[in-house]
Amino acid sequence: MSVLEVLTYPDVRLKKRSEEVSQFDDDLRQFVADLQETMDGGPPSVGIAAPQVNRFQRIVIVDVSGMLAQAKQRKRRIKSSNNGRLCLVNPKITRAEGQVSGREGCLSVPDYTGNVLRASRITLFAQNTEGEAREYECSGFEARAVQHELDHLDGLLFLDRLVSSNELFRRQVYKLT
Amino acid sequence: MNPVSSVSSQWYMLTVIGNDQPGIVARLTAALFQAGVNLGETSMIRLGGNFTIMMMVQSNNGMDKLQSAIADTAESLSLRVHIDPIEAHLHSHLMPDVEITVYGADRAGIVAEVTGALFDAGLNILDLNSDVAGTEAKPVYIMIIEGHATRGMEPLEQALSKLKNRGIEVTFTPIDTLMG
Ligand SMILES: [Zn+2]
Repeated sequence: MSVLEVLTYPDVRLKKRSEEVSQFDDDLRQFVADLQETMDGGPPSVGIAAPQVNRFQRIVIVDVSGMLAQAKQRKRRIKSSNNGRLCLVNPKITRAEGQVSGREGCLSVPDYTGNVLRASRITLFAQNTEGEAREYECSGFEARAVQHELDHLDGLLFLDRLVSSNELFRRQVYKLT
Repeated sequence: MNPVSSVSSQWYMLTVIGNDQPGIVARLTAALFQAGVNLGETSMIRLGGNFTIMMMVQSNNGMDKLQSAIADTAESLSLRVHIDPIEAHLHSHLMPDVEITVYGADRAGIVAEVTGALFDAGLNILDLNSDVAGTEAKPVYIMIIEGHATRGMEPLEQALSKLKNRGIEVTFTPIDTLMG
């Protein structure tokens, strides 16, 4: 196992679209183990995508359980489903509803965070490292994490989706009236 | 973005105020670029019909050269310019962990009242924007604050609920930053 180097913007490779995985073999499983080790070895994060470590295949890991446990310790409640550790191969969002703003940062964009609108509930279809397909329901923070990671597979960063606080406040107020 | 790498380079805070008119930002930043000046973090905003700019700039030619680099542009656009040498660093953002929005009928002292209560409850303000909406007859004060809760969320929530009792609408949203 090994910790892989995380690409950081302005590296143009982060803007590349990743390819579908077609071979569910030991090489894939070895890569996923390395990706997991990279995520665990880096700054605390809730997900990582293959292209962030220079592999342009549709593979992401999402795991919000650590963050949720930590928040609970501080008596903080974060709205989120918790599917535990998700290793998603060829993931596709098949249904999305609601829109909610939240703050995002990225391992590939150091020293900046910004507000991004994301669907609040999603249905997700993905394969595992054996090629078996499964469906997941995600909401809140976990849904946001999945959408953030899936964006990486299409060469999109949260910087592509920034909205300003003022804009969000206006939306909030208009919604009230 | 980083032509200046000399050890003698110094950061300055450049403050510019003028009547809002087309081209202020473009012309000012072009003059700075031509003088080899680096830009850092900036805030440019229209306040009451005035255009205001606070800009971190880095130059290794001293304050006088910086002043003269933008003198023509400033004069032709009738901008008032102020420059201070500053101790500054990039890449040292403090991340906010709470956002507070406040609105209510505009009245004297509302900002002092809110920020005072938040300060007492341990809030370190990182960003504050306020505006007056409504009409002249019925002005509404709106404020958006981002900060770091140095003593946790509980004292802040208590402070804010007291404000609510005094007719000020307050929304308190912890910021859980996703890192991924
Ligand atoms: Zn990311």
